[in-house]
Amino acid sequence: MPPYSVAMVTADPVPLLQLSGIVKHFPGAKALDGVDLEVRAGEVHCLLGQNGAGKSTLIKVLAGAHQPNSGEIRWNGEVVTIDSPTAALELGVATMYQELDVVDGLSVAENVFLGHELSRGGLLRRSEAHTRTREILHRLGHGEIPPGREVGRLSAAGKQVVQMARALSRDARVIVMDEPSAVLDPEEVDNLFRVVRSLSSEGVAIIYISHRLEEIRQIGDRITVLKDGRTVGENLAVANTPTPDLIRLMTGRTVETDFGGGPGTHERGEPLLEVENLSLAGVFEDVTFTVRAGEIVGLAGLVGAGRSEILETVYGARKATGGTVKVKGKALRAGSVPSAVDAGVGLAPEERKSQGLLLDEPVYRNITLSTFGRFAKSGFLDERAERRVADQQITSLQVAPPDAGRRIRTLSGGNQQKAMLARWLVHGCDVLLLDEPTRGVDVGARAEIYSLIRRLAASGAAVLMVSSEIEEVLGLADDVLVVAEGRVVHHGPADQIDEHGVLDLVMEGTHA
Amino acid sequence: MSENAAADTSAAGASSPALPPTNRDLAPAPAKKSGRRQFGGSGVARNLGLVIALVLLCIGGFVTAGDRFLSANNITTIVAFAAVIGIVSVGMTFVITGGGIDLSVGSVLGLATVWATTLATQTMAADMHWIVMVFAAVAVGTVAGLVNGIIVAYGRVVSFIATLAMLVAARGLAEIISNRRTQIVNVNEFKSFFGADFLGLPTIVWLFLVVAALGWVLLNRTTFGRRTIAVGGNPEAARLAGIKVQRHTMYLFGLSGFTAGIAAVALMGRTGAGTSTNGSLYELDAIAAVVVGGTLLIGGRGTIIGTVLGVLIFATLKNIFVLNNLSISVQAVAQGAIIVLAVLLQQRFASRGSS
Repeated sequence: MPPYSVAMVTADPVPLLQLSGIVKHFPGAKALDGVDLEVRAGEVHCLLGQNGAGKSTLIKVLAGAHQPNSGEIRWNGEVVTIDSPTAALELGVATMYQELDVVDGLSVAENVFLGHELSRGGLLRRSEAHTRTREILHRLGHGEIPPGREVGRLSAAGKQVVQMARALSRDARVIVMDEPSAVLDPEEVDNLFRVVRSLSSEGVAIIYISHRLEEIRQIGDRITVLKDGRTVGENLAVANTPTPDLIRLMTGRTVETDFGGGPGTHERGEPLLEVENLSLAGVFEDVTFTVRAGEIVGLAGLVGAGRSEILETVYGARKATGGTVKVKGKALRAGSVPSAVDAGVGLAPEERKSQGLLLDEPVYRNITLSTFGRFAKSGFLDERAERRVADQQITSLQVAPPDAGRRIRTLSGGNQQKAMLARWLVHGCDVLLLDEPTRGVDVGARAEIYSLIRRLAASGAAVLMVSSEIEEVLGLADDVLVVAEGRVVHHGPADQIDEHGVLDLVMEGTHA
Repeated sequence: MSENAAADTSAAGASSPALPPTNRDLAPAPAKKSGRRQFGGSGVARNLGLVIALVLLCIGGFVTAGDRFLSANNITTIVAFAAVIGIVSVGMTFVITGGGIDLSVGSVLGLATVWATTLATQTMAADMHWIVMVFAAVAVGTVAGLVNGIIVAYGRVVSFIATLAMLVAARGLAEIISNRRTQIVNVNEFKSFFGADFLGLPTIVWLFLVVAALGWVLLNRTTFGRRTIAVGGNPEAARLAGIKVQRHTMYLFGLSGFTAGIAAVALMGRTGAGTSTNGSLYELDAIAAVVVGGTLLIGGRGTIIGTVLGVLIFATLKNIFVLNNLSISVQAVAQGAIIVLAVLLQQRFASRGSS
């Protein structure tokens, strides 16, 4: 265990940056629903949360890209509004996006002073910019990067340094780092941490976002945990908060949810989906399992462990580098979605809006997206039949509002998900792959999705699901596969393992 | 909304309604009022705007040019001019709705006219039937379009670049074949068929109307059209729903080449010649007509009626300028202004529609 780096956090009565009760709505979804965050000068404040917990929205609120619907932002105790990216920078909040938003075609110095170029009478003061860039780079311990070097020729780590230099050139007092380690090699991460420590010793506050808990142990001072758009753990000192507690805060349920029925209460039939030694080079390997009719199998693990990739490879959206997938005994063609769909496999993808729906098309056309050809007569659509079937699904799944002609964009996340499931019900799928089935679904509507999944299984479908919420997997699934770093580290009935057991397995697998 | 959902939940949990219907047991449908919105309410409003614009243009034409504008002869001229661009634009509508762009239509059209008027083709046509020339033009267009499609869909080259390359290459090939000379159509049956009027309108106008009508049916009433909208609207969602996105993309470019071939026939019918310069810059006119018509340039929504109206608007505008002895340059400026105006209005409507 590395020594905890407990920086000297002064008990300053007025925090540098304080957010309280931040709420942000989007059409059909509540991205933030009461976020509190308190950041002190000179600390490394870690922001934890699963995908979809609201971290990215919060970052955008801080960066001035989104305006909150309600809530208060205080800077040095005074209420401020951050109504544009420029306003954020003027205040002293700089954001390092994960996508490394640097301009590859410009030099290091040009990138550092992008948007506030040093000039006199309209002419760029190039040598001055180079001098100051060199100073900043030295401060960051990266004097070896020449200010004139084209940024496109730098590594990801180098680009990150350029982003940090840009923040410093703006005299930022708070730097938001969105998963900075995700693009780095282990040695580069050490380097990053060195820079982060030197920045915080100069009094700069860092808001550090990462999925990797061991990193937070190394670099963080305090932690705020987000879940479902709310702050569920605030200002936890890194040194005396055990990791399982953190994971529980991230993955645990915020409200009591009825998963309906206990696992193993229904009959299981024929094996419908048989996966053998499935591998995808560099992502996961040697995954073997079977899902029977009437059975729900859940994949648990941390983000990045390879869960979604397993689902997508079974579906043919990614081409397996080894192993076989059989549906009802027949092997599917690797890397062919139509082959899987024809065999009766349906996928409700993780990113529903970008991977699943035609947002500006009516609900019924989204429901019949994989079956409209079946209703058609010699190539001519039968929209009447499509609407009829869609209406049946809408009634049966209680999609609200019950209007097949409505643009699906205007529906809430839960109702969009129902339409997604309806698509595969109309298709008559025997094997359903559900990736984060309750992502972006309001907490209140989740139980409905759960009961729907149960009914599907009870009707004889084989369900394979992925969820970041361990409770959800354990509550719904009959069998659980725990995945860590691309390997299945446990496979067994869901009622013989509890959340702690899963977490221990995840931890062991991740450190191994 | 969430209270609603929660209420639904308790109901669902308590009564646990029967299984959702699947295709396994397609129960007879509960007779629901079939929505009239099927035809797209906003689309009607958009087209109405275009009709109004066209009527205003015609009033402008009448005011400035009087009876010369309204004469049957002049109106025939307008629609005959619109026919060639119109046929190209129908194919272009499909490509753009499917999320692509086809810059090669003009030069593919030129190549098709050249290929159909070579000595060899015309000799064969004279010996057999004039339809040989039609087949030649359409085949050349379709093959060029499919080549575009293969490069875009399977070579994963951006359609802008792939079709730009085809634009240059097809023009060059046409020059090589024709040796940069104008090849006169001398198959008399071809000339008399396409030169004739039918029910008071030139044959090529009927050809345009037929292509537009078939295009409308194809886009709005067939699985091909639905796939086009899906592929253009969200290719990833289409792929994950089991639609063969690459193959469909190839077909879309093939279709655009096919209509360019038909347009080549219409142009040969109107001018009686094939040259390598035929159809130059038609791609811009076609894209302008499609976009002004209301088809989204980013894909996912297309309208054939809008495209036809867009073509007519530009053809009428050109005609009015000619009648008033205004220069082609002034006309180009006006055309540019109309494109910008139309797109601005479209965006205004679109943002109001979504809010």
